[in-house]
Amino acid sequence: MDSALASDGAVYLPRTVRTAAKILVVGHFAVGKTTFVGSLSEIRPLRTEETMTQAGALVDDLAGIDGKTTTTVAMDFGRLTLSDSLVLYLFGAPGQQRFTRLWRDMTHGALGALVLADTRRLEQSFEVMGLLEEHGLPYAVAVNHFDGAPAHPEEEIREALDLLPETPLVTCDARDRVSSTRALITLVEYLHRRTTQEHV
Amino acid sequence: MTPPAPRHERGLVRPYVVTDGRSHPTRNTFDLVTLVMAHGDRPLGGLSPEKRRLMELCLGGALSVAEIAGHLMLPVSVVKVLLGDLVDSGHLTTRAPIPSAELPEAQILQEVLDGLRARL
Repeated sequence: MDSALASDGAVYLPRTVRTAAKILVVGHFAVGKTTFVGSLSEIRPLRTEETMTQAGALVDDLAGIDGKTTTTVAMDFGRLTLSDSLVLYLFGAPGQQRFTRLWRDMTHGALGALVLADTRRLEQSFEVMGLLEEHGLPYAVAVNHFDGAPAHPEEEIREALDLLPETPLVTCDARDRVSSTRALITLVEYLHRRTTQEHV
Repeated sequence: MTPPAPRHERGLVRPYVVTDGRSHPTRNTFDLVTLVMAHGDRPLGGLSPEKRRLMELCLGGALSVAEIAGHLMLPVSVVKVLLGDLVDSGHLTTRAPIPSAELPEAQILQEVLDGLRARL
């Protein structure tokens, strides 16, 4: 760890940073969350792990060691310093319902979420979209382009995902920095629009 | 005095041992993106190996709670407990991710947007 840190001068934040914003990148297993975060992050993406008991509590207690099922949930994240004073964190989060405490932690203070979807498995996006709605977090959907995946007209995808008319839907290539940046911009434009509309 | 535990020993020590059995920090003010800054003038002697590793990491510059957990390879919940203690003992200060409650979200979003567009 120490050598990795020492060799990477950009590990620490500029002293001038005052605001840390947070956006979630969510979606089902193997949809490209880690790739998306990795192509945008200025630091080597980091992973934090959280041990969850089946009941969703954090950190085992001594009394229940035997017979308690624990799961390790990993969360990948990256960082983009956007100005002298502003840093943006992207959290790639698993979409499993049972990790509710992790979700509470992640969504707290987040500006919004980008839902990554795969046209071959659109129905698997419902759980994560439901979780976002439950936590009141606005989102846009980015269809991650996979080689060999069939291209569908936007209307068909909107209908299949049952999206609200105002929810943005874009296509992106999570491996590509520019394409991923554009998807993120679409989300933030939407969030900005919502905020200004609410306050008029 | 015990030397800091090497990183590869992670997993041998259960999280609740690192935190003296506690699963909640002394204060409930840490978000994943709360910014953490270390005070270089505080003695590190007497700190547990994990707290010392955390301090050594943070003495290099400002980091978020999530980054500290990632670099130390400790669960976020454990890091929050350690941070709470180190803030209490004056080793660290933290800064809320959004500096002022009055800073309108629209302004933050505009700044995020400007920053992202500048990257294209």
